Amino acid sequence: MNALAIRTNGLYKTYRTGFLHKKFLALNNLNLEVKQGEILGYLGPNGAGKTTTFKIILDLIRPEKGEVYIWGKRAYGSSYRQEIGFLPDNPYFYDYLTPLESLDFYGKLFNFKKSERIERSRELLLWVGLDNFKDRQLRKFSRGMLQRLGVAQALINNPKILILDEPMLGLDPMGRRELRDIIIKCKENGKTVIFSTHILSDVEMICDRAAIIFNGTVHDVVSVEKTLETEIQFYEVIYANTTGKHELIRFKEYKDAMEGVENINKQGLKMISFNPHRMNLEDIFIKQAEGRINRWGK
Amino acid sequence: MGKIVAISMNTFRESIRDRVLYSLIVFSFLMLAFSILLANITIGDPIKIVKDFGLAVISLFGVLITIFVGIGLLYKEMERRTIYVILSKPITRWQFLLGKYLGLSITLAVEVFIMTFAFFCLCFYYENIISWELLKAIVPIFFELLLILSIAIVFSSFSSTFLSGLFTLSIFVIGHFTQDIKILAASNESLFFKKLSQVIYYILPNLENLNFKARVVHNLPLPYKEIFFSILYSVVYSIFLLVLAIIIFNRRNFP
Ligand SMILES: Nc1ncnc2c1ncn2[C@@H]1O[C@H](COP(=O)(O)OP(=O)(O)O)[C@@H](O)[C@H]1O
Ligand SMILES: [Mg+2]
Repeated sequence: MNALAIRTNGLYKTYRTGFLHKKFLALNNLNLEVKQGEILGYLGPNGAGKTTTFKIILDLIRPEKGEVYIWGKRAYGSSYRQEIGFLPDNPYFYDYLTPLESLDFYGKLFNFKKSERIERSRELLLWVGLDNFKDRQLRKFSRGMLQRLGVAQALINNPKILILDEPMLGLDPMGRRELRDIIIKCKENGKTVIFSTHILSDVEMICDRAAIIFNGTVHDVVSVEKTLETEIQFYEVIYANTTGKHELIRFKEYKDAMEGVENINKQGLKMISFNPHRMNLEDIFIKQAEGRINRWGK
Repeated sequence: MGKIVAISMNTFRESIRDRVLYSLIVFSFLMLAFSILLANITIGDPIKIVKDFGLAVISLFGVLITIFVGIGLLYKEMERRTIYVILSKPITRWQFLLGKYLGLSITLAVEVFIMTFAFFCLCFYYENIISWELLKAIVPIFFELLLILSIAIVFSSFSSTFLSGLFTLSIFVIGHFTQDIKILAASNESLFFKKLSQVIYYILPNLENLNFKARVVHNLPLPYKEIFFSILYSVVYSIFLLVLAIIIFNRRNFP
């Protein structure tokens, strides 16, 4: 049986904005479950409510309704955060400190001993690729470097649960790949990871499941592996017509697709590509998005 | 406790890198130097003028530093969003706020110490003795600063920097005139203003309680007991304000 690392139960959160304090429902009966040991991608467009969800889990924001459970227990007080690591979106740190000093400071908030703090800080800076900059003041850091430090500070307590808000933001392709490796490594070490993103490929590459959020509600939770293994949906054939322009035809069946290709060859036209198309997260995501739009239309 | 100390040491560290702090300290030195000039061109005992003016400088610049650095640091913590990382650690909000308060108190203590040192040097130049009795005015000034710091923290736990600064400064000013407000209340015809003045008199801190400057400078009798009770008053008042700030801070969101 799989225990639940995080469970939110019917979260509602309204923001009041503007001069007139107009109400805006950011979370609308939000239910989210994160299983022990999995990597869950929290997928949704900007403004869907991902950051709000995370802040409620960490008690930075209080919901009007609903509860948060960590390992089945109501999140209460401050001690439940002992075993959670959190990377806020766009993390900021004290810019007069160095990475080493920053990690040391955050280690103190866990009452770690000095030797413990030093050892762990050095190890983490090596891991996130900042060991060459460990004595440089953060004011001279780029966005991506701060993001790396953000990951390091989230891991300072060797947490069982890791919550990352848009962790790939601001990273170069190399950095994204390193971060993916770190996340996978965390999973191998038995950690539970949830991270938010609006980039589908990141989810497809490393997540076990994806929770899809729109307008403050989780609409779908899919198993990434199963989704990617689903059968071929259609075949895409692209060829150049008599004028040399590219044209696309879709075939539902393999047999029809092959006939199409033969026809193209018979007519002496040039084949450009032949693609079997599988259902992917993007399709699910877009289907969900269209569902929302249709509902609004009515 | 270790967590509170960690926050306060970090706050202290941050504050001593604050340019505003240095500018104000430098400016206060200039003002102390200015008192020499003032003593020369004004009729009266020069040493009394220097002492009078010096104590006023320590008090006024102490207040400015409290307001600008105190509110500035708390605001920066939220505006720059460094607070998200801290509050996501196993630390309670009261520990955070208390840590901030203690850190800023240390900054104020250091600042008052530096200014006092310069001031003593100045008086030594005139008198050739160290005027220890000035401490009878300076120590209460320090406690007044701690009280103003708690006021600043209450305001910045819910309002913007500008308003917090404005409110705190107003309370500082009014706090020195509560006696007049009481007199105003007694003499006023309108019942509404009478009540209002009374409420202000009883709710706002009476900062004149901590003002011994004139009596110290002019060598008037000043029993230690009176100083002690004034300080006790400010400590109790500060604790009350800190509890209030914690209650407000505990309820707020950090969106
Ligand atoms: N402090 C705030 N005041 C008003 N509205 C907010 C505030 N924070 C977020 N929102 C609104 O709530 C919605 C959800 O925001 P957020 O949780 O940040 O979404 P996401 O992280 O998925 O992009 C957005 O529409 C956003 O505009
Ligand atoms: Mg967000």
